[in-house]
Amino acid sequence: METKPLRVLSTAVLFAAVCAPLAAHHGFAAYDESKQLVMKATVTEWLWANPHCFLRFDAADDKGQVVHWAAEVSNPIDMTRRGWTKRTLNPGDHVTVTIRPAKNGAPIGQLLKVELPSGQSLVGWNPGTR
Amino acid sequence: MRTLNACLLFSAMLALALSPVLHAQQSAAADKPSGAAKVAHPAPAPRRDISGIWGPEDVMEGIAPRGVQSHAPFTEFGANLANKVYKPGDGPRKAPITEVNDPLDSCDPAGFPRDLLFELRPFQAVQTPGRMLMAYQYQQIWRTIWTDGRALPKDPDPRWYGYSVGKWEDDYTFVVQTVGTDERTWLDNAGDPHSADMRVEERYHRVDHDTMELTVKIDDPKTYTAPWLARDKIRLKLMPQDTDILEMICAPSEAEEYKKTMVNPLAK
Repeated sequence: METKPLRVLSTAVLFAAVCAPLAAHHGFAAYDESKQLVMKATVTEWLWANPHCFLRFDAADDKGQVVHWAAEVSNPIDMTRRGWTKRTLNPGDHVTVTIRPAKNGAPIGQLLKVELPSGQSLVGWNPGTR
Repeated sequence: MRTLNACLLFSAMLALALSPVLHAQQSAAADKPSGAAKVAHPAPAPRRDISGIWGPEDVMEGIAPRGVQSHAPFTEFGANLANKVYKPGDGPRKAPITEVNDPLDSCDPAGFPRDLLFELRPFQAVQTPGRMLMAYQYQQIWRTIWTDGRALPKDPDPRWYGYSVGKWEDDYTFVVQTVGTDERTWLDNAGDPHSADMRVEERYHRVDHDTMELTVKIDDPKTYTAPWLARDKIRLKLMPQDTDILEMICAPSEAEEYKKTMVNPLAK
């Protein structure tokens, strides 16, 4: 697999300032607000559903092993407002994702941004853009 | 003929000049409050009429992810539910994600008045003889407010959305009383409880043609030591008549998939 993690960014910067607790009925303290991971990823599934849409993708870890990830955004209505559709992502698409990972090391997270094969960049999890 | 040509040319130029504005307004019509607020002097409110599609002026205030801003102190009954039984995903008593027991997570109905205190998004008020219907985007549900002069039931069986009667207090203020709610529901996203004895008053005050204020009062002496305002004049804007109230449904199969994929791994 040619995908690799690109870098881990310590933040506590922009997103911490913008992201108020999130508009759903779930707790989100399990995600690490001090980290962002940027990865080259291959889409395996894009679920357009309530309560939150989420993306399944494969990305290689720093040892080259493929890891199956899942990362969530908001509900379909909020995502529609941000320019997403059910057809935005398709299995096999090669994209660059920015996520906020889980604190416990599980391969899940909040999907903050996706750069599509076309070069278009879409904001994912960010209530400030509602 | 020259005059006609000049007129046609001017009309075409005007149309071109205005087209971005028109396009922007059409785009905004999807599910945002109308651009009516930009009008310097909105038309006066019609008498005894709140029909139309309304949405919170401040979207996040409508969604209220952290729950109500404040409430009256709990009674012992209320404190026990709030501190020991309910495990909310947000608000001042936010629980770890693996302990959250919010009924919405399994797609139970939000119920009344949580439909006004959490995820208040566009809704349509429909006035028809003898009743007012309220149709909400979130969970795509509707409720009936009787306006035929009937009294509230004295010993109602519980309903997820209660039993409501409404009347015009004056030409611009519609007041609704609700009893008979289901105590399995929460008031908000912060796990604030209520009892089956709760009485709720909604006040819809139409300020002008494009603006309405909603106030929600909770009177539940079993749970709170005094009546309190859960919404205090939240501003609602009239939305375009052709607004598409979008689908926002909790489907158990989708919720289960979400839980399996996004929530359960956090417990490991």
